[in-house]
Amino acid sequence: MPDFNWILKMAMRDFRKNLSRLLLFVSSIVVGIAALVAISSFGENLVKDIDNQAKELLGADLVLENNKPLGDQALDSVAIQLASEVNFASMVAFPKTDASRLTQVRALEGDFPFYGKLETIPSEGDADFRSGGKKALVEKTLMAQFDAQVGDSIKVGSVMFRIVGELQKVPGQTGITATVAPAVYIPMAYLEETGLVQYGSRVEYNRYLQFASGTNVEELIKPFEDQWEMDRVDADTVEDRKRSTGRSFGNLSNFLSLVAFIALLLGCVGVASAVNVFVKEKLASVAVLRCLGVASLDVLLIYLVEIVVMGLFGALIGSILGTLLQFILPAVFADFLPVEVTVGISWVSVGFGMITGLFVSVLFALLPLLKVRNVSPMATLRPETADSTLLKDPARWAVMVGILLFIFGFSYFLLKQVTWALGFTGFVLVAFGALWGVGKLIMWAVRKFLPISLSYPWRQALANLYRPNNQTISLIATIGLGTAMISTLFFLQNQLLEEAKFADKEDQPNMLMFDIQTPQLADVKSKVVDRKMRIIQEVPIVTMQLNEINGIDKKENEELPDEENYSRWLYNREFRVTYRDTLIKSETLTSGELIPLGARGDSIFVSLEKGFGEGNKMKLGDELIFNVQGRPIKTYIGSFRDVKFNQVSTNFLVLFPEGVLEQAPKFHVIITKTQNDRQAADVQSEIVREFPNISIINLGTIVETLEDILGKISFVIQFMAFFSIATGILVLISSLIISKYQRMRESILLRTLGASSGIVRVINTLEYFFLGSLASLSGILLSFMATFLLGEFVFEMNFSLVWKEGLIIYLAITGLTIVLGWLNGRRIINQPPMEILRGNG
Amino acid sequence: MSILSIQNLSKTYQSGSRKLTVLENVNFEIQAGETISIVGPSGSGKTTLLGLCAGLDSGSTGSVVLNGQALEKLNEDQRAAVRNKDVGFIFQNFQLLPTLTALENVMVPLELKKRKDAKEKALELLEKVGLKDRATHYPTQLSGGEQQRVSIARAFANEPKILFADEPTGNLDTETGEMIEKLIFDLNTEKGTTLVLVTHDLELAAKTRRIIHIKGGKIQEDAHA
Ligand SMILES: Nc1ncnc2c1ncn2[C@@H]1O[C@H](COP(=O)(O)OP(=O)(O)O)[C@@H](O)[C@H]1O
Ligand SMILES: [Mg+2]
Repeated sequence: MPDFNWILKMAMRDFRKNLSRLLLFVSSIVVGIAALVAISSFGENLVKDIDNQAKELLGADLVLENNKPLGDQALDSVAIQLASEVNFASMVAFPKTDASRLTQVRALEGDFPFYGKLETIPSEGDADFRSGGKKALVEKTLMAQFDAQVGDSIKVGSVMFRIVGELQKVPGQTGITATVAPAVYIPMAYLEETGLVQYGSRVEYNRYLQFASGTNVEELIKPFEDQWEMDRVDADTVEDRKRSTGRSFGNLSNFLSLVAFIALLLGCVGVASAVNVFVKEKLASVAVLRCLGVASLDVLLIYLVEIVVMGLFGALIGSILGTLLQFILPAVFADFLPVEVTVGISWVSVGFGMITGLFVSVLFALLPLLKVRNVSPMATLRPETADSTLLKDPARWAVMVGILLFIFGFSYFLLKQVTWALGFTGFVLVAFGALWGVGKLIMWAVRKFLPISLSYPWRQALANLYRPNNQTISLIATIGLGTAMISTLFFLQNQLLEEAKFADKEDQPNMLMFDIQTPQLADVKSKVVDRKMRIIQEVPIVTMQLNEINGIDKKENEELPDEENYSRWLYNREFRVTYRDTLIKSETLTSGELIPLGARGDSIFVSLEKGFGEGNKMKLGDELIFNVQGRPIKTYIGSFRDVKFNQVSTNFLVLFPEGVLEQAPKFHVIITKTQNDRQAADVQSEIVREFPNISIINLGTIVETLEDILGKISFVIQFMAFFSIATGILVLISSLIISKYQRMRESILLRTLGASSGIVRVINTLEYFFLGSLASLSGILLSFMATFLLGEFVFEMNFSLVWKEGLIIYLAITGLTIVLGWLNGRRIINQPPMEILRGNG
Repeated sequence: MSILSIQNLSKTYQSGSRKLTVLENVNFEIQAGETISIVGPSGSGKTTLLGLCAGLDSGSTGSVVLNGQALEKLNEDQRAAVRNKDVGFIFQNFQLLPTLTALENVMVPLELKKRKDAKEKALELLEKVGLKDRATHYPTQLSGGEQQRVSIARAFANEPKILFADEPTGNLDTETGEMIEKLIFDLNTEKGTTLVLVTHDLELAAKTRRIIHIKGGKIQEDAHA
């Protein structure tokens, strides 16, 4: 029995000659580890920053929020500072350009935020705004969109304000919020005068309170919580905000870590396939060692030690790179972050990266390395018998189970839910399985269906793909998965935008006007008709709340155990309801029937949106009592409808029959179609000028916003997908280098047999061409499938093949493979051929 | 004293549904210090027999007793220990470890035996085969004859009781081959090792005291000089 020292010594001796090649093996995991460490460090720092900046996130110690004016609150007198805000969506107009847009208007009174500040350009804009007068602060995205300057006017309702500052940053808000609902701040004093707060407007009333420092806010608000609950007042403290923000960003960083983990797994495939080649070359040495009397386990240990050292090295490089990489992450995620993120070394993350890197490289290397134990010493006398793989080696199965457990454990660690972790493990299995399958299939098909009449270089290049020891399948898996990720993203994004643009063609509505008061209705309609635009839908809307579900009111519901009660949200939300006795195009009945008033005695039957009903444990025949402006209306669920939410149309969770709500206070929505952008702009500015309370959305704006947001999201996803692609490239490079000598020997042999160097070059290029094609086609095929499934089941849109984009991706990946192959080939030519002849591979 | 005893040894390979008998009912015994060669045409089963004698593989039936130990009763790792203790090998294609220097190649059996003086001993052996000045060279930096000399040094390093050589000159030119033969026999004489030599070269075989002729997996003749 040799001691461990000797094993170490042998490992190090072997190492000397293999160093550069072993480095290549682990290079595949470097990118994955770097991504993991970067994301994890970023996440750690982010959570820390959220903790530190929680007060600035909220801007106050306590925020009370309701959809009615809040009135005097008992805590008002305890607070050292008070501020109020009324916010709602409304059109604002820029008289300079006669342009208008739906924005989030915030009428502010008091020195909110108490922590942090509204950052403006010029910096004194904030102070100016608060000094009184008809002044406004406007979000920078809005200013840019309408080419507005500080000093310009902005019309909110019927009041004209002067813009005194461009808002750069509002506490707790992200770039995404600013894009979706850009804010305009006006002084509370002029709210009334704007005339915008009317029946039907969805208005939110906020009260901001600051307490003396050191106050235990959680304790302080305890006595009031029940009352707030009854009044539907939402109370938010710094602790609450810390929790919810921390949770959502924790989730985000865990999700991103999973994406990084996929890159790491790709790298692991690279490690396994490289070690496989390594092991095949070592079989002869193994046989000799066995002959000289080294036990099989000890031989395994010699090579395992090398792998461990290299794994540690790879993990270290990865961790260093990752720590550096995180410095650019705040810029990448800038639009999503509500706080300033500090960057710095996170030792927890570095440790995490080191352990993960070491663990995966050993685990995945073991898969091929275990073969070493089964090499017979007889192979010294008869070398061709060395590679006799025992398929049923139980240890190999144990390693495979270990790998699955590791993937499961790792995802569980990030997702903290068994089902999700199982789902992720399943996803990884399916994705790798699908790629492997697709790769095999394509390889089989190429071999089977390619005509034999091909000229020699083509046949030789193809044959090369199937030569023993090469890594065709693992390359297809790694490059393919990277390609699949990027192209799925690309295709989906394209499809979403196409879908939205498509709606503009044909006879689809493209403009939506809402919050139309009943007296304004006739006027608005005639303005639309005057322009020869068709009114596609005119929908009355009544707002109401839900008082009782099957006899259970809000209070009783509170006392029910969690399994039996209804969501509290049902009792708190405001329902916007319309009435009609027919379905519209975007709706289909899934169960029950649409029952008009009077068809079943005098009972009122409503129709619920299917997902909403099912998600809230409601069944056909359930009794719902609504509160319409103080008047209770008893109804029963008569049907469930499936509603497609993907076109410009009004969609309702609850649909009443005709004859019930006609007399209730209501407002209206008109859906129409404009012929062109010019007409859209004209009609919009005309109506906004005359009826500032009416809000208008047109498809053009939606598409623009969508493009903007998709752009921001896809930048992040592309950044993440980059890791996979980079790993694929590293695996490609390392496998090209590993097979360098084999290629060289073949080239020399071909030349000896009389092939011109031109032919040899053509053969090599063709081989890279086939390799790149196979890998990228597998990936693209997989992403077509993924896009189809996502489109069908998640986004509910029609799948259309995006040939052009697919072709571009195909050409890019294949071209890259060929170029890398050439670069590697140049290195081959620079090597003295004598080295090869002597077998110094 | 018998160092190697073969009784009723047979070896069959299953290739598909066909059974291929490579060795059939072989019997012989070798005394300590004997030199013996196994000769026969290519494919007659020489290498197979050598592998079985050295415990690199196990026979289908029969027994191999090496230095008093019945190899068929040991598992692979136990046989490996026996090889390290009692057996030396010289191969047709040298079989040096390519990532180790000449010196380190020779040191391996000594280190496995945990000899403290592994390095000195290995250098001494390299000197005997005339390669002391090439100690730090890797196998690829040596010619075939030089590699075989290193492998001879390695074979004698653990002071084996029995040395197996499979066509040790098969890959070398005549002149170098003769030099290697001389080296093997000289060292063998010096150390008093038992030598089992497989060859199809009758001239080389004639230099051993006993010759076993094998053909079609059966012993044809067992001739003592
Ligand atoms: N693993 C194997 N499976 C099947 N047949 C084998 C195997 N190993 C060797 N043989 C066959 O056994 C016979 C003897 O081989 P070998 O011992 O190498 O002969 P020699 O060394 O005398 O040339 C040959 O016909 C060879 O083909
Ligand atoms: Mg032979």
